[in-house]
Amino acid sequence: MNIVVCIKQVPDTTEVRINPQTNTLIRDGVTSIINPFDMYAIEEGLRLRERFGGTVTAISMGPPQAAVALREAISLGVDDAILLSDRAFAGSDTLATSYALACAIRKRGKVDVILCGKQAIDGDTAQVGPGISVWLKIPQVAFVKKIEDCKDDGGTPVFRVARMTEEGHDVLDVPLPCLITVVKEINEPRLPSLKGMMRAKKAEIVTWTAQDIAADPKKLGLDGSPTQVMRIFSPPVREGGQKLVGEPAEVALRLAEKLKEFIHP
Amino acid sequence: MDYLLTEEQIMVRDLTRKIAEEKLRPLVAEYDAKEEFCWPVIKLLAEADLFGVYIEEKYGGMGGGVMELCLVTEELSRVCGGVAVSYAASALGTDPLLLFGSEEQKGKYLPQIASGKKLAAFGLTEPNAGSDAGAIETTAKKSGDYYILNGMKHFITNAGEAEIYTIIAMTDKTKGQRGSSAFIVEKGTPGFTFGKKEEKLGIRTSVTRELIFQDCKIHKSQLLGKEGLGFVVTMKTFDMSRPGVAAQALGIAQGALDLALDYSRQRQQFGKPICSFQGIKFMLADMATQTEAARGLVYGVARMIDSGNTKVSKESAMAKMFASDVAMKVTTDAVQIFGGYGYMRDYPIEKYMRDAKITQIYEGTNQIQREIIGNSLIKESLAQSKE
Repeated sequence: MNIVVCIKQVPDTTEVRINPQTNTLIRDGVTSIINPFDMYAIEEGLRLRERFGGTVTAISMGPPQAAVALREAISLGVDDAILLSDRAFAGSDTLATSYALACAIRKRGKVDVILCGKQAIDGDTAQVGPGISVWLKIPQVAFVKKIEDCKDDGGTPVFRVARMTEEGHDVLDVPLPCLITVVKEINEPRLPSLKGMMRAKKAEIVTWTAQDIAADPKKLGLDGSPTQVMRIFSPPVREGGQKLVGEPAEVALRLAEKLKEFIHP
Repeated sequence: MDYLLTEEQIMVRDLTRKIAEEKLRPLVAEYDAKEEFCWPVIKLLAEADLFGVYIEEKYGGMGGGVMELCLVTEELSRVCGGVAVSYAASALGTDPLLLFGSEEQKGKYLPQIASGKKLAAFGLTEPNAGSDAGAIETTAKKSGDYYILNGMKHFITNAGEAEIYTIIAMTDKTKGQRGSSAFIVEKGTPGFTFGKKEEKLGIRTSVTRELIFQDCKIHKSQLLGKEGLGFVVTMKTFDMSRPGVAAQALGIAQGALDLALDYSRQRQQFGKPICSFQGIKFMLADMATQTEAARGLVYGVARMIDSGNTKVSKESAMAKMFASDVAMKVTTDAVQIFGGYGYMRDYPIEKYMRDAKITQIYEGTNQIQREIIGNSLIKESLAQSKE
C-alpha cells in the first residue's frame, strides 16, 4: 500500500504571542512542532503499513526549516520524506497549497491513500486535505476516527471507515485511492525510537521546487490564492461586567429592572 | 555544567526524558502504591530502543557504553527510581555476558536484551551471602554435559519478570571464593522457580523476589567463562554496574531538587515565596552543588570505563558511594523544604526519600564501598613505596 501523509510545521501554540503594534505573530524564539493533528495522520499511516505492508511517505510544504518536521516524521518510522520549498509557494492560501501538494503527490507516483490531520492548529481551516482530493479527483472522507478494514476482492479495494459526527459516527465505504483526514480519537501517536532518530539524522530530505512538480505558476503563491488576509488582530479584551452586591432579594429586584431595560430600552 | 555530551548521547538523554515525563510521571504514584512492576513504561523503553544503548551494534544495540546507560538511568530516576532500577538491573544481568560471554552466548542473548524483548537479572545474593560474596551456598554440580543447580537466591531485582538470569553458584565448595562459577539460566528451565515477592520501603515499581533452584539441569554451554571464575565475574560486573547505581542515585537527587525548587517558588509564607528566605535558599544551593558534584564523578567514571580502562574499582566505588550519600541527603532536605506537605503521600516528594535509601545499600553497601576505596588507597601507596 502506497501511503502519503501530508504534514505541516506550525508554531507551538502554547507559546504563541501576538505583537500588539503590528498584529502579527511573534515567531522569534517560538518552537516549531508538527501540527498535532498531523501526528495522528502519521501514526495511522504507520499502522496501515503494519496492517497491509507498503511504504509511508511524508510530504510538507514550507520554508527550508520545515525539513525538521519531516525528520521528526522519519524518526517516528516514516520511510521517506519530500519537502516542497520554493519562493513561488510563498503566500499560498489553502487552494494554492492543496494544488502544490496535489502536484507533488501526482509526481511521486502511485498512491493508495493520502492521510492528513483534520486541520492545522495555526490556520484552523480544515481545507487543505479535502482540497488535495479535489485537485486529484479522488474521493475523500474528513474527520475519520477509525479505518476499520480494507476489502480487496480483486476489484477496486475499499476502505470501511468511521467518520465522526456530532452525534456519533457514520460508517462509510470509500474506494481507493482516497484521501482521509483524521481526528485525534483515531489512535495514540507513538514516540520516536532511538534507531528512528539516528536514521532521521542521516536521512536525505528530497526538496522539490515548483518546477520539479510541474505546477502552473499562476495557481501558486499569492497569484493562485483568492483568499487575502486583510488584517490579523487579537480580539478586544472583554470589559468586566457589572457586579450587583447586596441582599439576595434586593439584588434580584435590581437585576430584573436591568433586564427589563435591556429588553425595552 | 556542560559535560560535552555527543550528539547521540544528547539524543539518548532527551528521548528518555520525554518518555519519563510524558508517559512515566502520570503512572508513578499508582504503581508505587500498588507496588507493581511498571510494564507499560518498560515496553515503551524497549520500543524506543533504549535497552540497547550500551550493547554493540552487531548485536542490535546502539554501540554506546556505560555513559549512555547512566544517562538513561539518571533520566528515569528523576521521575521514578523504581523503573530506573528495573532498567539498570537488566544491564546488571547483561554485564557478565558482555564481559565474559562467548561469541555464541552473546549472539544468542544480546539481541533479545538489546531489543528489550527480554529483561535480564543478576542472581548473587543469598540469605547468608550478601556483602560476603564468597559465602554463597547455591551449588552447581557437574553431571556429564550438564550442571545441576540447587539452592536459593533472594532480593533479586527483576526476578520473575526477567527471562535471562546470570547466576553465581559454587562448583567447588572446597575452594571458597575461587570455587564459584557464573551461569546463564533461562526462565522456564525445569527446576527453576520464583519465591516470595518482597514488600519494600522504596523502589516499589520494581520487583524483588527469590529464585529457587531444585535439581535445575542446565547444559554446560550455559557456563560463563570458566569454572571458578564466579568471583571474578561478580567483581568485574560490579565495577561496571556501580556507575549505574550511582546514576540512579544522581537522578533521584536531581528529581527531588527539581521538585523542591519548584515548590519553594510557589509556596508563600509571610507574604513571600519561601525560596526568598536564606534558610531555604542556602539549602537549595547546597543540594544543587552536591548533586552536580555527584554528576561529575559519575560521568567521569562512566567515561573512564568506556575508554577501556579496566582498573576502575576505586573510582567506581567512589561514584556509587558519593552519589548515593548525596541522594539520601538531598531527598531528606527536599522533604524538609516541602514541610508538612512533604511528609504526606499526596505529594510526590516522600517517595524520593524512600527510593534514595536503597542506593546506599545495594551493589555493595556504602561501608563496603569505603572498604574498597580504602584498600585501593593502601595498595596503591604500598606499590609506590616499593618503587
